[in-house]
Amino acid sequence: MTSVVAVIDYGMGNLHSVASALEHAGADKVLVTHDAAQIRAADRVVFPGVGAMRDCMAEIRRLGCDQLLADALVEQHKPVLAICVGMQALMTHSQENGGVDCLNLIPGEVRFFGNPLTDGDGNRLKVPHMGWNQVRQVRDHPLWHGIDDGTRFYFVHSYYVDAQDRDLVAGALDYGVRADAALARDNLFATQFHPEKSHTAGLQLLKNFLGWNGQC
Amino acid sequence: MGLAKRIIPCLDVENGRVVKGVNFVDIRDAGDPVEIAIRYNEQGADEITFLDITASHEGRETTVHTVEQIAENVFIPLTVGGGIRTVEDIRTMLNAGADKVSINTAAIHNPELVRQSAERFGSQCIVVAIDAKRVDDVDGAPRYEIFTHGGRKPTGIDAVAWARKMAELGAGEVLLTSMDRDGTRDGFELGVTRAITDAVEIPVIASGGVGNLQHLVEGITLGGADAVLAASIFHFGEYTVPEAKAYMAERGIEVRL
Repeated sequence: MTSVVAVIDYGMGNLHSVASALEHAGADKVLVTHDAAQIRAADRVVFPGVGAMRDCMAEIRRLGCDQLLADALVEQHKPVLAICVGMQALMTHSQENGGVDCLNLIPGEVRFFGNPLTDGDGNRLKVPHMGWNQVRQVRDHPLWHGIDDGTRFYFVHSYYVDAQDRDLVAGALDYGVRADAALARDNLFATQFHPEKSHTAGLQLLKNFLGWNGQC
Repeated sequence: MGLAKRIIPCLDVENGRVVKGVNFVDIRDAGDPVEIAIRYNEQGADEITFLDITASHEGRETTVHTVEQIAENVFIPLTVGGGIRTVEDIRTMLNAGADKVSINTAAIHNPELVRQSAERFGSQCIVVAIDAKRVDDVDGAPRYEIFTHGGRKPTGIDAVAWARKMAELGAGEVLLTSMDRDGTRDGFELGVTRAITDAVEIPVIASGGVGNLQHLVEGITLGGADAVLAASIFHFGEYTVPEAKAYMAERGIEVRL
């Protein structure tokens, strides 16, 4: 099975890391693009994201990436992996930048961690949530294959996802609040952490994505 | 269980070569930053920091190329610092593959750079480096001041107040180096580390003075740091990253093993 991966580029930062990690994980070809024909022709799609939500959403809409993503997901039914701000952009609304309407592909809110933030014992937690935290695999999924429950992944974010439909949660994170570390629905998998920066566990997840047929 | 404390090996690079402490024994690693970065990635380092101390323009281009090569081969976060002066410099480093960019002197000359770059690229990739030196008050109470030019030039700026201001302007992290301890192997300056970690909500990386693994532990337990940075103890092959993590884990510190 060949795997040509389109990494959707809406101009918000460097996507080489995602592309090189996908290549390292075994992708035949990785295209960093917002070209409709290239994205439609790809076997699978990665929807990354970095930066502030207001600017991200503006660029996603300006370049028509919202439609391209919807086509890949719903019409073409291709495996799609959303990462970090890419995951947040799927939700209904984000509290970032004073409030931003997002793509509403998954009902739910993107919330600020809070300041001050404390854990259950009253210890102060820093924001952004930056570094390696444990992900609890709350349900089985092909993308968890070969990755132990509780494995640490690399996170860097000040806002977190809270999906309405709790059945979609594939991975959970505890950081003062209950946050969604991974969501899964049909041919879509989304991670708040950065698999491309999560060393061997992250590369394993990307390898799993490259071999995934889009079924849960 | 929660967020792991990070161990960050630091490469001081000049004209494309690691200049501070290299492994004399293993000739393959003699000063090549890409090879050294790959080795730390394999050892399980949590991040890598690349400090460019090159002065020349030609050297800068070499740096961009080196950062590109590291980013292609290393699948953990990479911070690049040294000589970052403008939003354009930040963009260049992020495009080369850096995940975070560290701003030092330029933030002192132009604090707005921190705000502009955080708004443009997101706070998550803006690290402010603070070089602090102890200057006791008349009554002998310790006070810490920001110094530039490798610790030679005082600025009159209070380090703790400065850290607070940088966080307000949008910095996502502080890289705190004690100029009194840098290169001494006497351990972190814990007073200023604790003062700054208590003062800001953003994560703080402690740097400067690590000579053994107990120093790493103290930076976290006494200094309150979220991450510890070291160069020579790793470069010289005295300790590996897994040895450092095992030592810390035995003393109750949460690390990524």
